[in-house]
Amino acid sequence: MKENLYKYILGIADNSLILGQRLGELCGHGPSLEIDIACTNISLDLFGQSRSYYQYAAKLKGNETTEDDVALLRTEREYVNLLLVEQPNRNFAHTMARQFLFDVYHILLLQELEKSHDLTLAAIAKKSIKEVSYHLRFSSDWVKRLGNGTDVSHDKMQNAIDALWTYTDELFHQTDADKAMIAEGVGVDITKFKDSYEQKVAEILTEATLKVPENKWFQKGGKQGIHTEHLGYLLSDLQYMQRTYPNMEW
Amino acid sequence: MSNEQIKEMEIERSLEAQFEERILRDEKIEAKDWMPEKYRKTHIRQISQHAHSEIIGMLPEGNWITRAPSLRRKVALLAKIQDEAGHGLYLYSACETLGVSREELYEQLHSGKAKYSSIFNYPTVSWADMGAVGWLVDGAAIINQVPLCSTSYGPYARAMIRVCKEESFHQRQGYEIMVKLAKGTPEQKEMAQDALNRWWWPSLMMLGPTDAESVHTEQSMKWKLKRKSNDELRQQFIDQTVPQAELIGLTIPDKDLKWNEERGSYDFGEIDWDEFWQVVKGHGPCNKERMDARVNAWEEGEWVRDAAMAYAEKNKNINKAV
Repeated sequence: MKENLYKYILGIADNSLILGQRLGELCGHGPSLEIDIACTNISLDLFGQSRSYYQYAAKLKGNETTEDDVALLRTEREYVNLLLVEQPNRNFAHTMARQFLFDVYHILLLQELEKSHDLTLAAIAKKSIKEVSYHLRFSSDWVKRLGNGTDVSHDKMQNAIDALWTYTDELFHQTDADKAMIAEGVGVDITKFKDSYEQKVAEILTEATLKVPENKWFQKGGKQGIHTEHLGYLLSDLQYMQRTYPNMEW
Repeated sequence: MSNEQIKEMEIERSLEAQFEERILRDEKIEAKDWMPEKYRKTHIRQISQHAHSEIIGMLPEGNWITRAPSLRRKVALLAKIQDEAGHGLYLYSACETLGVSREELYEQLHSGKAKYSSIFNYPTVSWADMGAVGWLVDGAAIINQVPLCSTSYGPYARAMIRVCKEESFHQRQGYEIMVKLAKGTPEQKEMAQDALNRWWWPSLMMLGPTDAESVHTEQSMKWKLKRKSNDELRQQFIDQTVPQAELIGLTIPDKDLKWNEERGSYDFGEIDWDEFWQVVKGHGPCNKERMDARVNAWEEGEWVRDAAMAYAEKNKNINKAV
């Protein structure tokens, strides 16, 4: 099996899976019906994307491995999503801040992945770009709305950005698998886009009358499978049926 | 009574006669048309009750989004619940054409003044419930709703055409979950049978009280809000569903269920109407949870909606200044 490619795919797929799961928790509980529908939509897009990646990963693994085996049956230490996406839905400002900080990164990643020498990854990226452009528009609009809205919403949005900022540096960390895939022209050298990311984020935050946090202390570990305490609980739900009733078809 | 009052009454009577004739001719009544106050009120009650049912109905299914057994099932379930939110949205909109705001309708729901379908006050305790809800609950809903596609109030009828198309897809999806379970391992089959056992009777109750006890039937028939009586609809549901259960080797939990050659229909056992009224009156297993979930979402979302309004207002002012 192409070990590095497999790991590289999981590095992208797990983000969509875990963030999709977080948004799925909110379905039916949104602040308005329209927001509820939009967040479910984003969740659906992310699960859809993750399925394409996991199907590809399962094929690489062979031995009749399925997308669900890859997505739902690893241990917590084997998930390599960013710490940012596993953070809980504390309130709507947190949900939108998490989404926004991820979307800006996600679109930069996909725009480059579309040029990958790996045609499957390039095709998934191409399809996902349209979806993620919408996600970014939605989350940026809400950052602006909440930042500019009322004093209450401004404070909640600023607190959310401040709280999640510590997870943003990790977006640009590279694993050995990432480096190997970049060398082969398959993976994206995301470090090249760190400036664009910071610029775009600062631009929207400024428009939202929010401060770019000055905190330079960052958390890392997700890409090495060392997660915050939140992920274990998320996985308990995600894996419940597969663990309780193993080897069955649904 | 003054001459003027008498004249007003005569005009009202003549408008009402014209109105009833239009309905008899199968013409659609539109939002701006004259309508009797009772027609307006009945429609607000029924359409909003329907909209509330869609929104509350998202909760028991939402209970399984994070735990769906496969990614394929998870995506299908999410899409289904999103459809229900969409149904809620256009039913609230249809209701708004009758001169009531969505906020007022929410207020009626949250205060307990407005009702919603009682079936959603039952808990979803296993994955098979996602199959049973789709198959039975959506199945019963379709039987209730198909006639509404040709109801007299235009905005409602048009909303229902789309709702019914999507509901029939949901019903097939639910049945397909059951088929898969019934063909699966003994544990899966047991899960499916258990879900059928729990959802069968509440689904029959969904078609409403017996004709003898149904208070709105006569007027609703006249306005084409109803085409068949509750008992007729229930019989139709049973006759359609029993063979579907048999086909996948599941047993309907009714020892009195028997094919009646003469009637060309199934005879069935006594429905526990005490249970029905208990749930309708707010004392079902999940009435409180469902209402709390809605009220919490609304209250916790208030600052978000306020912010959106404030932002829109500021932008309006900026645009004006430009």
